[in-house]
Amino acid sequence: MTYKAVVSVYLKEGIMDPEAKTIERSLKRLGFDIDDLNRREEFSFDIDVEDREKARDEAEEMCQRLLANPTIHRYEISIE
Amino acid sequence: MIAILQFGGSNCDLDVKKALDKIDIDSKLVWYKDSLKGFDGVILPGGFSYGDYLRAGAIAANTPIMDDVKEIAKKGKPVLGICNGAQILCESGIVPGAYAPNISSRFQCERVKLRVENSNTPFTRYFDEGDIIDMPIAHAEGRYISEDKNIKPLFRYVDKNGEATEDSNPNGSIQNLAGILGEQNNIASMMPHPERATDTYLGSEDGIKLLRSMTASIN
Repeated sequence: MTYKAVVSVYLKEGIMDPEAKTIERSLKRLGFDIDDLNRREEFSFDIDVEDREKARDEAEEMCQRLLANPTIHRYEISIE
Repeated sequence: MIAILQFGGSNCDLDVKKALDKIDIDSKLVWYKDSLKGFDGVILPGGFSYGDYLRAGAIAANTPIMDDVKEIAKKGKPVLGICNGAQILCESGIVPGAYAPNISSRFQCERVKLRVENSNTPFTRYFDEGDIIDMPIAHAEGRYISEDKNIKPLFRYVDKNGEATEDSNPNGSIQNLAGILGEQNNIASMMPHPERATDTYLGSEDGIKLLRSMTASIN
């Protein structure tokens, strides 16, 4: 069975993201009244495994081993 | 014989080789598809392995030759990661923590002062604890972060008086850390470039002293 997986990786709370701060300042300069801008990186892929649970387990392992760095990141996985 | 490990995008490999040649230490460039068997130590040089894709060092950290690096480390032989090499050691879990983008958002390319925090290591045996040394840095992702309570500091960024101040911290690393040790003292991960501090012409010879120290028990 082929599932569509979407993995989103983002910095843990409290770890400053200078790129997000720069984007936030730039948007403010354009006149937008915004605050607390955050960024995420999204990965999507097709995965061929026997069931949804297996798809989730594999995506979880991908995050632990490569897609995220557990020291600084959190991640969310959705399987469809 | 010291191995200088090359990945696609390593670019300080030849500088490290030149620095070791200068002090008559035998070394060999080793492509990541080859093996580290039989070497007395390994240096992971700086550069932009795999274009810093995903995170600096993340792709190189997952190549099979990193098992050889772990093996060399386990045997107590010196393993030194410089800049991108330091990031690779972190990403592979050989040293704890992670290197995040500099707090300034800039590529920081400048001379820094470092304080030697531990002289009981292969890399610093020719220094004294508290020595202030000079080396250049050149990186965009050098902000060291770790939740590990047992971090073993090797170098801290300091001012000319040897104080680890906020102003002397070029990238926002926790505790002004510029270099750390692994679980054992024969493993070091550092952002500054010893291979670029090899001659008074270049402003400092402290890098040569570090490489001499690292290789003192070899050859």
